[in-house]
Amino acid sequence: MKRQQCIQSLQKEIPLVFELSRPGRIGYDVPTPVPSDSFKSVPSVLRRSTPPRLPELSENLVMRHYTNLSVRNHHIDRDFYPLGSCTMKYNPRVNEHMAAHPGFASLHPLQPAVTVQGALEVMYRLSEALKEITGFDAVTLQPAAGAQGELTALLMFRAFHKKQGNPRRKVIIPDSAHGTNPASIVIAGYEVVELPSGPDGLVNVDALKRILNEDVAALMLTNPNTLGLFESRIEEITSLVHGVGGLVYMDGANLNALLGICRPGDMGFDACHINLHKTFSTPHGGGGPGSGPVAVKRHLEPFLPLPVVTRQNDLLEWDWDRPDSIGRVLTFFGNYGVHVRALTYLLSMGGNGLHDVSEVAILNANYLRVKLREAYEVPFDRPSMHEVVLSGDRQKARGVRTTDIAKRLLDYGVHPPTVYFPLIVHEALMIEPTESESKETLDEFVEIMLQIDRDSVENPDLLKAAPYTTPVRRLDEAAAARALDVRYFKD
Amino acid sequence: MRYIPNTPDDRETMMREIGVSSVEDLLKPIPKSLRLSRRLNLPNGLSEQDVVAAMTAMARKNLDSVSCTSFLGAGSYDHYVPTAISDLAGRSEFLTAYTPYQPEVSQGTLQVIYEFQSMICELFRMDAANASLYDGGTALAEAVLLAQGYTRRSRIICLDNVHPHYRSVAVTLGSPLGIRMDGSPHSAGHISATALENALDANTAAVVFQYPNFFGIIEPLEPWIRRVHDAGALAIVIADPIAMGVLEPPGSWGADIVIGEGQALGNPQSYGGPYLGLFAASDKLIRRMPGRIVGVTRDADGRRGYVLTLQTREQHIRRDKATSNICTNEGLCATRAAMFLSLVGPQGLRQIGEGCMQGCGYLRAKLAKVPGVEVLFDGPHFKEFAFRIQADIPSFSKFMADRGLLPGIPLKRFGMGLDDALLVAVTERRTAAELDRYVELTASFLKGAKA
Repeated sequence: MKRQQCIQSLQKEIPLVFELSRPGRIGYDVPTPVPSDSFKSVPSVLRRSTPPRLPELSENLVMRHYTNLSVRNHHIDRDFYPLGSCTMKYNPRVNEHMAAHPGFASLHPLQPAVTVQGALEVMYRLSEALKEITGFDAVTLQPAAGAQGELTALLMFRAFHKKQGNPRRKVIIPDSAHGTNPASIVIAGYEVVELPSGPDGLVNVDALKRILNEDVAALMLTNPNTLGLFESRIEEITSLVHGVGGLVYMDGANLNALLGICRPGDMGFDACHINLHKTFSTPHGGGGPGSGPVAVKRHLEPFLPLPVVTRQNDLLEWDWDRPDSIGRVLTFFGNYGVHVRALTYLLSMGGNGLHDVSEVAILNANYLRVKLREAYEVPFDRPSMHEVVLSGDRQKARGVRTTDIAKRLLDYGVHPPTVYFPLIVHEALMIEPTESESKETLDEFVEIMLQIDRDSVENPDLLKAAPYTTPVRRLDEAAAARALDVRYFKD
Repeated sequence: MRYIPNTPDDRETMMREIGVSSVEDLLKPIPKSLRLSRRLNLPNGLSEQDVVAAMTAMARKNLDSVSCTSFLGAGSYDHYVPTAISDLAGRSEFLTAYTPYQPEVSQGTLQVIYEFQSMICELFRMDAANASLYDGGTALAEAVLLAQGYTRRSRIICLDNVHPHYRSVAVTLGSPLGIRMDGSPHSAGHISATALENALDANTAAVVFQYPNFFGIIEPLEPWIRRVHDAGALAIVIADPIAMGVLEPPGSWGADIVIGEGQALGNPQSYGGPYLGLFAASDKLIRRMPGRIVGVTRDADGRRGYVLTLQTREQHIRRDKATSNICTNEGLCATRAAMFLSLVGPQGLRQIGEGCMQGCGYLRAKLAKVPGVEVLFDGPHFKEFAFRIQADIPSFSKFMADRGLLPGIPLKRFGMGLDDALLVAVTERRTAAELDRYVELTASFLKGAKA
């Protein structure tokens, strides 16, 4: 009974902030302006004729509204969040406190370098650490997210090839690639060539050989790939691409598997991006901000985005004199607040801690693989790295789709894995537990997954209508696209 | 390690269950030749206390705008951030959630973003806004790509009184797809009718305006937008959201795409990022918009709920046919913006705008009277203006910084032919006493320089 009431109160509709508005309510007082007649002198054609219909609320009502909204979210501090390829690890609180320090948060990006030596030191030290971890020679911290990192690297590849005399036309990706890969390729002015994976889930080297030629600008690979499998023939693959003059890019989304174990720079990759908001523990914030630094080998260094931090004697400076640079990819220098958090994390973990991160992440993923394989299909059932991909095919045969499994997990307070990705696995469930989860949490998750499997036999209808206990029940996404409503005021 | 709960015992048990004797056994797919045969050359992990000490030591090496008075602008502004925002946006529920792919457990984030989109539409008076892009410069790049796709033309005219960084970001990101960014000279800071008229041609996809422009001047854009439409091109306006409490929004004048930098809406300056790319468009362009969009729907019991919508535009569905490659955006900065706008309301936003204009006008008028100072460009200014000074600018900046005042950004760095001028920003935070001090110090510096 009590539980029922709890759910009812959670499922009470929260009004929109506009619906709470009453004319004359104020949530913020502005100091009296400096005396001047400049406002009055603005021509009437430039003055706002009707005010924007922003909500009018007192500060405490704003506090209550957004607090009430917040509790309708699942989040990593609450419970398990095994979204594959998203690396939902713990976001240490000390990182937040450091980023909020006025000595970092209250800096203008165009202050003279002598007044921001500490800020530049953060960037310099972070870059140096990323070079060591990935095995590359130079780093730009400018890209704001992983997808922008990919695009930045592709633009550098383009500049590199152009300088060699031919920008080339094609970029190869495996069919298991993240969606951002093909999207970035197109914006970089290239044509996408998709490479079917082999039966072992890895790059089909013979098929790769057949499509390699001098029109190929690059191959983009995720390693470990999106099945959580390490590309064992990676050295052969990178040297094949180099053999036709192409470059090889590593999508660093899965770097959490490799820390202190092996390095993309040693595998023959020419560049790789790093998601600070995955491997380096900075929070996802309901969608962002992230940060996607790009690490490159020496031959690509001249093409890095402008500017680059350099050390001259004891002074850190921005280097603008880089004639081959691709230019700016962001208005200023990158998501600096995220850089501060990532460096804080690096200092906390150290080299020893990072190695532990990857080992435990790998152990946790393999533990789930072994514990779940009785009930769920594991299409590639062999040691995986930091994540494991299941297929819901057996449950599908009973009429229960992967979506139903995912939605039922919500009733247990667990966030579902990434579903229906990678595209090459039917009814895919991509599970990345990260090193942050205890054995007890993993055991509980296994129990829940096994119960759902039993329900798929005994009570499939229970799953098809799930969830029942969430703030809202299953939502009609098709209706949202059909009758589009994307703003409150319709006129 | 304090962030990893599994004990050595737990790990032993788990390895037994997996059927391996060590983690090494799980790493066999990695060729021996690729294994790092040494430890990472990084120091060992530190206690939290030591981490805080190390980071704080770096923070203290910086001159921040709490310990000095900042007049720096050009796309990053020292507006006041109400304290409630950091507490609210710092809640675990907003901070540590992922992108709302499972809407049933993401209604908090989704409703906030729907409210954010609605507020941005109100500010700019546009039909639709997305859930955010990286920052103002990348928002311009996306706008330019959209204009190219929509008009099937590839030339963009970006006026010379637009932020040069925005333009260079759009050049970097637009050129591989054949976009050509051309300038159009300004006339004493203002749009030049003849220059724009000469620049417009049948291959022009869009014209980019800034409002207020890079020099802080507020220009009536309506006639220009009409002219751009007559040429079959789109009008893209970079607008300052903080100014929208007092200035007529570009949407009223028929702008097709309005973009902007949302840092000023409750986000710290944080040395240039994370910032908040605002993107709003008219109805006809909505299905070509980049980034996430939240829409309203109903759940199985008929309750109102929110979901990501029009996802067939996005990379995770459409892959190489997507309208943009963006995945991670600036959701938490957008959340802060929604909270900021809820707190200030229409009245607060108007007062902030008035505060900026009054302060800017006050300083500009007083500086104009200082011998050796020439304020640049006539017309109404919002919160920024440029001035020339008969002295060496680096020495002037240093003189002021030594007295706790960052006086402005040398325009020389932008290569706009104004090498002897400074761009000054005055927000609602600047008091009359601070502005008077600016004037006095400038006068005394110039006196000293003469002597």
